[in-house]
Amino acid sequence: MDIVSIRDFSRAQIEHVLDVAERMLPVAKGDEKSKLLDGKVLGSLFYEPSTRTRLSFEAAMARLGGKSLGFDEPKGSSVAKGETLADTIRMVDAYCDAIVLRHPQEGAARLAGHFAAKPVLNAGDGAGQHPTQTMLDLFTIRKSKGKIDGNHVVIVGDLKYGRTVHSLSEALAMFGAQLTFVAPPTLQMPKEHLKHIQSMGIKPKSGTDLTEAVKDADVLYVTRIQKERFPDPAEYQKVAGAFKIDPALLKDAKKDMIIMHPLPRVNEISPEVDKTPNAKYFEQAFNGVPVRMALLAMVLGAVE
Amino acid sequence: MKEFKVTPIRNGTVIDHIQVGTALKVLRIIGVKEDVSSTVSVLMHVPSKKAGWKDIVKIEDRELDPKELDKIALISPDATINIIRDFNVAEKFVVEVPQKIVGIMKCANPGCITNKNEPVEPEFVVESKKPITLRCIYCDRITTDISENVI
Ligand SMILES: Nc1ncnc2c1ncn2[C@@H]1O[C@H](COP(=O)(O)OP(=O)(O)OP(=O)(O)O)[C@@H](O)[C@H]1O
Ligand SMILES: [Mg+2]
Ligand SMILES: [Zn+2]
Repeated sequence: MDIVSIRDFSRAQIEHVLDVAERMLPVAKGDEKSKLLDGKVLGSLFYEPSTRTRLSFEAAMARLGGKSLGFDEPKGSSVAKGETLADTIRMVDAYCDAIVLRHPQEGAARLAGHFAAKPVLNAGDGAGQHPTQTMLDLFTIRKSKGKIDGNHVVIVGDLKYGRTVHSLSEALAMFGAQLTFVAPPTLQMPKEHLKHIQSMGIKPKSGTDLTEAVKDADVLYVTRIQKERFPDPAEYQKVAGAFKIDPALLKDAKKDMIIMHPLPRVNEISPEVDKTPNAKYFEQAFNGVPVRMALLAMVLGAVE
Repeated sequence: MKEFKVTPIRNGTVIDHIQVGTALKVLRIIGVKEDVSSTVSVLMHVPSKKAGWKDIVKIEDRELDPKELDKIALISPDATINIIRDFNVAEKFVVEVPQKIVGIMKCANPGCITNKNEPVEPEFVVESKKPITLRCIYCDRITTDISENVI
């Protein structure tokens, strides 16, 4: 079983992963010890740098008693000498029990899955899919709110290029959450993607006014707006100001609204927000561990 | 016989009802170039009894292989293949868009792993036949611009 795209999962299957992740929590926190993956080896191939995803996969493996090996940049490895991904995968497949892959090319994880006999977990392929991120986001919402459906989720930031928000909004639509997309005019959700979400029976709202959208939100999901997307620095400054999460913005929000961010943040969320009970982004980052523990245990056949 | 604008052929293939304007793409697909060694006639923009205008390609002494037929189906789903033997239409069939498209088109997404020298054939699922919409099984990108990407 490979974990390549969130689209490969039904709602019931995702819910099952979240249930298993829930059971992993005491071990993820270090309160209990586990030998569930004793003797298992994870091949961790990061063709692009990633701090959170790689460390949480390796932490998940270690918490379950397994080991990880691999690289976090292809420099110096056979990859730098021009080896194809297919060949690297065939080799690692022989050394490990499962493979986690981050790669700049879209579709890389699906390709790896074709060449590996062992399970492949996609840790992000270019502008494509990043399913474990989506699952930990869903886990965080369910943990804080008790459920996913029925929540009004406002997603703000770079909705045009942000891969996290595409997979997440699809999954949220599948769960029947209400969606509002807030972005600067040039970074709005692509039409194709909106259509896809509508085809799932959801009528998302789109806009540019964050203050207005926040008033009715149960979840505020913030993503980074990259400077490079704006040829004019003054234009970037304006946009960055209009989409900043600070205590003033939270005045009109529901008391129990949660704020999420896939991190790293630059200055989308002011540090004063960190100590409010609304801030869930550090817990969200931690949740990567139990969710990835659940997925590793499942693909390695240690739990159903 | 008065409808013939070109000399009849003894043996070969007539590709009829080609979507008007795509005859040159059909020639590219079947590999007709300067070095062609059999007679090929191309009729472009001829009136069609079925639908407005069409193109026709006639090739002597040649039958098409399944990959070529699949490619023609992709760019001109209503094309009719007439196999001519001894001046008569010996076989006639309409091309058919296959369920799975393997190795006859590249992915339109430049960032797709299949465009990077990996030992795989690009592969697509047909999401819709009219208009032809293909989804790359690797990167999920939808391609509608078929003729630009036929290999
Ligand atoms: N010997 C031949 N040489 C060249 N072209 C031929 C020959 N025989 C038939 N054709 C062409 O092949 C095509 C199919 O011939 P056919 O006699 O089946 O016509 P049709 O009844 O109009 O067929 P359709 O219903 O497919 O349009 C026509 O375009 C015709 O001009
Ligand atoms: Mg006719
Ligand atoms: Zn592709």
